Amino acid sequence: MKILIKNGRTVDPKNNLDGKYDILIKDGRIEEIAEEIKIPGLTTDSSIEIINAGGRIITPGLIDMHTHLREPGYEEKETIKTGCEAAAAGGFAAVTAMPNSNPVADNPAVVEHLKLKSTRSAVKVYSVGSITKKSEGKTLAEIGTLAKAGVKALSDDGQPVMNSEIMRRAMEYARAFDLPILSHCEDLNLSGDGVMGEGYYSTLFGLTPIPKASEEVMVARDIILAEMTRIHLHICHMSTEGSLSLVRDARKRGVNVTCEVTPHHLILTDKAVKDYNTDTKVNPPLRSKKDVEALKQALSEGEIDAVATDHAPHTYEDKLGEYDQAAFGISGLETAVSLIYENFIKTGLIGWNELVKLMYVNPARILRLEVEGLKAGSCADITVFNPNNSWTVEKEKLKSKGKNTPFAGFELSGKNEITIVEGKIVYDDRGGKDEILY
Amino acid sequence: MTLTKKDFLGLYDTDAEEIEEILNTARAMKDILTRSVKKVPTLRGKTVINLFYEPSTRTKFSFNLAAKRLSADVMSISKSTSSITKGESLLDTAKTMEVMGSDVVVVRHSSPGAAKFLAENISAAVLNAGDGAHSHPTQALLDMYTIREKLGRLAGLKVLIVGDIAHSRVARSNIWGLKKMGAEVSVVGPLTLIPTEIEKMGVKVYSNLDKALEGADVVNILRIQMERQESGLFPSIREYRELYGMNKERLKKAGKDLLVMHPGPMNRGIEIESSVADSSQSVITEQVKNGVAIRMALLYLLAGREIKNEDID
Repeated sequence: MKILIKNGRTVDPKNNLDGKYDILIKDGRIEEIAEEIKIPGLTTDSSIEIINAGGRIITPGLIDMHTHLREPGYEEKETIKTGCEAAAAGGFAAVTAMPNSNPVADNPAVVEHLKLKSTRSAVKVYSVGSITKKSEGKTLAEIGTLAKAGVKALSDDGQPVMNSEIMRRAMEYARAFDLPILSHCEDLNLSGDGVMGEGYYSTLFGLTPIPKASEEVMVARDIILAEMTRIHLHICHMSTEGSLSLVRDARKRGVNVTCEVTPHHLILTDKAVKDYNTDTKVNPPLRSKKDVEALKQALSEGEIDAVATDHAPHTYEDKLGEYDQAAFGISGLETAVSLIYENFIKTGLIGWNELVKLMYVNPARILRLEVEGLKAGSCADITVFNPNNSWTVEKEKLKSKGKNTPFAGFELSGKNEITIVEGKIVYDDRGGKDEILY
Repeated sequence: MTLTKKDFLGLYDTDAEEIEEILNTARAMKDILTRSVKKVPTLRGKTVINLFYEPSTRTKFSFNLAAKRLSADVMSISKSTSSITKGESLLDTAKTMEVMGSDVVVVRHSSPGAAKFLAENISAAVLNAGDGAHSHPTQALLDMYTIREKLGRLAGLKVLIVGDIAHSRVARSNIWGLKKMGAEVSVVGPLTLIPTEIEKMGVKVYSNLDKALEGADVVNILRIQMERQESGLFPSIREYRELYGMNKERLKKAGKDLLVMHPGPMNRGIEIESSVADSSQSVITEQVKNGVAIRMALLYLLAGREIKNEDID
């Protein structure tokens, strides 16, 4: 089976492509990319599926570098299957599963389980191993064994390593395996029982605040430790202006530090907590307007390496009721690309090349993935985005089990239309079909 | 009647005219409370449920009494003696109350926003009796009522709130209410107990009680909770008493016109000396009395909407 994508604008900074190119896919690989691919008898050849991508943007299949698939252990929130379907619908050809399942991915059995199950899922799944056993922050996980099992990074996401000595040793030890540390920077003492960002609105709403410092002191600590141990530190879901300035200063000194930001931290402020909508409860919390503005500016100036969803699906019950008792997390896979398009590309803050860097090139570089982008011979992972397909975010239409999005009701003007993984269409929204196919 | 919303959740979105209406209605209610027969048939056939998720003596008792004075059927549910201990959610408990035919659900809960959440999910009128550190509107209303009764006005008065502002729903509600009625509000306490950016709520912040007391017409002293000391927010009860305790020297220096208030329950000898609490300048017991009138007023305004005004006479 062949697929020919015609007349779209193809954007891939990895291969210096930006323009009208046709792409021919055969046997899971890109056969040819050219300004115009002419195949004799094309219209009558039933072995070739033609995608007319006029007006569409064709990019390498996007990669989400921060995803919670919840399986094993929390299948009521999400499974590998449903999480991957959500990813496909959102325009991702690959996700990166964080290790905080139950059991934690601190051993090769959990990593193998994920690998096995993901061979039957809609998109590719990269795995992350934990830094410490059970992510308890006490003793090192078998990092070498995890590396051998194929994890792409190490993280105790959700459960920050509070003990600086353990973190130092983890970094030192991990260097032998060339694995980046994806750090969820949070000082648990400073966060305490906090449920929203500290500021005027936490005071107004009477909700226990989480200070910015709880993130920033750990960003500072981890930068210092990374500098000392000479490893690659990646800051997860960075949310404050202060963290940004710490990363900026560290880079000036030559520290190998990268960072990601989520769409919700780029778009929503702490004011959104108004009315105690538990879908706005997330960790790190939504921050002040000043922080959001600083992150936006940094993103448009190329200082942010990646946009990642921190897709954190929860059940209806997890989010039902009192704000301070609801679970932290936002279901983000299906809105991320449309939100970045709406708020950054459409407004002229960044172009499509930058989006592809943020959601494909840089995540792949940070995770050392062997991907080649859009070129002849490479694996055919492709996303086709329709910038003129307006839609309204509706919880019930999400493929994810997690309907916990604070963007419900948002009207967005563009939407992912087709996701292709290894040459196969896994998501098709042409004509509003909204179908998962695999 | 100007109170048109289904629920009464707080003073943040209550305007001065509505506050005026409640205070005036409370005055009529207070008259009832001074009669020899302290009961009117106004809310006969109406059902009021007190849903208390936090321990409370005076607020619960006050709401109970208020409902009874108006002849409503009233039932109280406490966390410890109900299905809540079996893990029933706030929503399900309230829905149960609702289908049994309650007209007003009075709710006290430790989570900010809990009353609002209920209000959005049940058709009965919800009356907020305190939600976490967010809001405690009936307390603020009874405080305002008491001040106005004693000093004749609210506009232009200088009101100082002392103590744990960060964790206080009483402080927030008083700020919203008093500001709307034209008073000037200041807060004072250990800086660890002053919440971030509270200045934006239009209040002055002090860390020194003696300075803050200068020129104040009213001092409202908040209860200090011992667990705040245990969690490291201030070093000791001894030092708190010395720096932020209202004692007779401070009262003397402030002058005879200073009105002393406390929402209760008091830690006598800590945030307030007995000699101050029991002084002629203290209106603490008056506050409790007025609390019943305020709650009667609100129950009447919420549950008695279709009942004509004359019926309360």
